Amino acid sequence: MTIQPVAEAAETDTEYAHQEVDHGLNARKVGDVVMEMKNITLRFGGVTAIKDVSFDIREGEIRAIIGPNGAGKSSMLNVINGFYHPQEGEVWFHGEKRGAMKPHEIARQGIARTFQNIALFRGMTTLDNIMTGRLTKMHTNIFLQALWKGPAEREEIEHRAKVEHIIDFLEIQAIRKTPVGRLPYGMQKRVELGRALAAEPKLLLLDEPMAGMNVEEKQDMCRFILDVNDEFGTTIALIEHDMGVVMDIADRVVVLDYGKKIGDGTPEEVRANQDVIDAYLGVAHD
Amino acid sequence: MGFLTDPFFYEVLVSGLLAGVMYALVALGFVLIFKASGIFNFAQGVLALFAALTLVGFQKGQVPFAHLINAIFGTEVQFWSDAGIPDFLAILLTLVVMIALAWVIVRVVLRPLVNQEGIILFMATIGLAFVLEGLGDIMWGANVKKLDVGLPSGPSDAIIDATGMFVDKLEISAAVVAIILVVALTLFSQYTKMGRALRAVADDHQAALSVGISLETIWWIVWSVAGIVALVAGVMWGAKSGVQFSLSLIALKALPVLMLGGFTSIPGAIIGGLMIGAGEKLFDFYIGVPFLGGATENWFAYMLALGFLLFRPQGLFGEKIIERV
Repeated sequence: MTIQPVAEAAETDTEYAHQEVDHGLNARKVGDVVMEMKNITLRFGGVTAIKDVSFDIREGEIRAIIGPNGAGKSSMLNVINGFYHPQEGEVWFHGEKRGAMKPHEIARQGIARTFQNIALFRGMTTLDNIMTGRLTKMHTNIFLQALWKGPAEREEIEHRAKVEHIIDFLEIQAIRKTPVGRLPYGMQKRVELGRALAAEPKLLLLDEPMAGMNVEEKQDMCRFILDVNDEFGTTIALIEHDMGVVMDIADRVVVLDYGKKIGDGTPEEVRANQDVIDAYLGVAHD
Repeated sequence: MGFLTDPFFYEVLVSGLLAGVMYALVALGFVLIFKASGIFNFAQGVLALFAALTLVGFQKGQVPFAHLINAIFGTEVQFWSDAGIPDFLAILLTLVVMIALAWVIVRVVLRPLVNQEGIILFMATIGLAFVLEGLGDIMWGANVKKLDVGLPSGPSDAIIDATGMFVDKLEISAAVVAIILVVALTLFSQYTKMGRALRAVADDHQAALSVGISLETIWWIVWSVAGIVALVAGVMWGAKSGVQFSLSLIALKALPVLMLGGFTSIPGAIIGGLMIGAGEKLFDFYIGVPFLGGATENWFAYMLALGFLLFRPQGLFGEKIIERV
């Protein structure tokens, strides 16, 4: 028989899950809801970017947010990581309602992200960029760090080892010491993913991780995203335009159009949704 | 190479190098802020002046805003204590004032300008320079003040006896202080997680936030450290030439130093300072006075900087700016 590692199947069908384990496949665990957006409304002056949108993200799943340009996808991601604060609605993370927090505080809670237009520290090397991802995890005394002694030295080595693991994982060993400003676009995207991973996030937000890539780079990136989800069990929310990619890797998809939610469900359900088809293909007005 | 045996050569060289250290002290403050926030801080010179004014004010027991208070209430307050505060305590208090000032600058000037272009932040620091200059004037008065924190001064007899050279003890102290500062700052910015966070903030605000760096905290730390460096520069310059408002112009002399050393290198600031100091003195001694009628010290540094801008715009030690088209 053929086994397809579809999370949905493993989740609902115990028989299937057992078979997956028997075949040596990692039975992915999709757990409880970790993040819940309740009736989010976001306005910029008179423009309503997001209108009364609710959805949830479950532990261990890959959740895609799709929609045409200007649908409010990136705004939604910015709400999740705290760059924007919605005028109405609530954000629940790990069963707690989140107050008005600053982005850096949210990052410390375990939400890491990448950006649509790469936001790397261009003057720094790949290694340093990824090391910044671990800043929130360094705790030794600053004076010890300056002298590079005792616990500070051990800590730095420990973090460096974690970063090297990520570098191996993303297959970017060769560009370890290259300033990222000099790297090609696809590589920069990969380094950015590495920096987000270095924080060992509970929730990883990816804003168009495959935009502007060629087919080969897209395949690589898909593989990395699936591996991250699989090996580290990281929950991932991603925005993507490439429908083929979304349908392949996402467990559940939420569809936005003009700031409103028009679809939510498994890729199959979403593909069959008439509103979604209309939004993407256009509909005759007569 | 006849000049190598000329005793004057060494004397001019040493005095030039020591003068260079004084320039470098100012340049250091610029480098710190530029490295950490990508802002060229035009107010650095005024910050040094403000620090020196505050220190003298505390030492002498001056009442801050005395003129203002007198004008409003018709009183005659000037000093709240004739003895003033002991040097050590006054320095500590000034440090506290500089750190508090840094906090105010971050809250009032920088916070509303998050994610803006470098040029906008630069303009803001020009405004800040004027505000601080005015504030210093209102708080402590505009008269020239003598600053003495017990640093040795006057010619060093030991050096005169040993080499016959005339070297001011104050300049030697400045050199020692500069070395300590550079070592401490280099360790701080190279090896601590703070250093990496600083560079991250300088590079990209949004990305820095997304990895959990608090912009405000980092800026506060940077401006505090720059304020402390400004205090050191202010003390040295104040002890040398008195605390007066023209001190804020020493910032201009730091510019060529930065162009030589590079805007992003702490050791570069020192080496740039030494090169400018020695260069302008030697040029004046060997070429300026005999052939050009002297007073070349006023422009030599800027000519040298111009040359560097033409051929090596990032300076000797600055980071090369990478731009992908």
